[in-house]
Amino acid sequence: MTEQMKVDLVLDLKGLLCPLPIVKLSQAIKDLPVGAIIEGIATDPGVMADVPAWAKASGQELISIEQRDKEYRFLIKKVK
Amino acid sequence: MEQNKLSMVVFSGDMDKLMAAFIIATGAAASGMEVVMFFTFWGLQAIKKSERTGKSFFGKLLGFMLKDINGVGPSKMNFGGIGRWMFKKMMKAKNVAMLNQLRDMAIELGVKLVPCQMSMEVMELTQDKLIPQVAQPVGVATFLEEARNSKITLFI
Repeated sequence: MTEQMKVDLVLDLKGLLCPLPIVKLSQAIKDLPVGAIIEGIATDPGVMADVPAWAKASGQELISIEQRDKEYRFLIKKVK
Repeated sequence: MEQNKLSMVVFSGDMDKLMAAFIIATGAAASGMEVVMFFTFWGLQAIKKSERTGKSFFGKLLGFMLKDINGVGPSKMNFGGIGRWMFKKMMKAKNVAMLNQLRDMAIELGVKLVPCQMSMEVMELTQDKLIPQVAQPVGVATFLEEARNSKITLFI
């Protein structure tokens, strides 16, 4: 399902640790229009908890988050 | 009225505790919260320039010992600076953001940095010895007013 979605921006967060993934994510989303979809790719296992929490706190939509090998991939939709 | 705000007292001047403070502040700001950090006593080192301070004998003595954000050591196992050096090396190896980078990030994200007037007075620190992004010094009533309107308050 995630494969078919049109991604507007791919955000490389590999090698970054807390709080950088969510800081970079919040900065990247600022410049995008409402409705845009960001795909994030991280290596910090902490994002599995932190990205959903960030989405909830900032009011953005988390479409999916999953682990693939040693990477964590997630899709966020900008809703406001 | 309660706002989506975090207000924090930064009392400590220890590297590790300052890291915690700036990580929470940047995380909150990145999540859309308004963030205010009040720096008092040892915490003032986090927003101090790398310059000698003090007027009186004791003030100058203190000014000689005060560090800036790059000079502060961890709360445990500093061993006269070896601990600081080791922590910095390990953090670099793990690609963790350094304290000064965290502060830059906080500023970029719009975190408000506010110094405490009374402790600046005691420690003989003047506004020109603080980094330019710092707001005008305030007192306890201003902090309490911010804290009253905040969802989260912390003392570090």
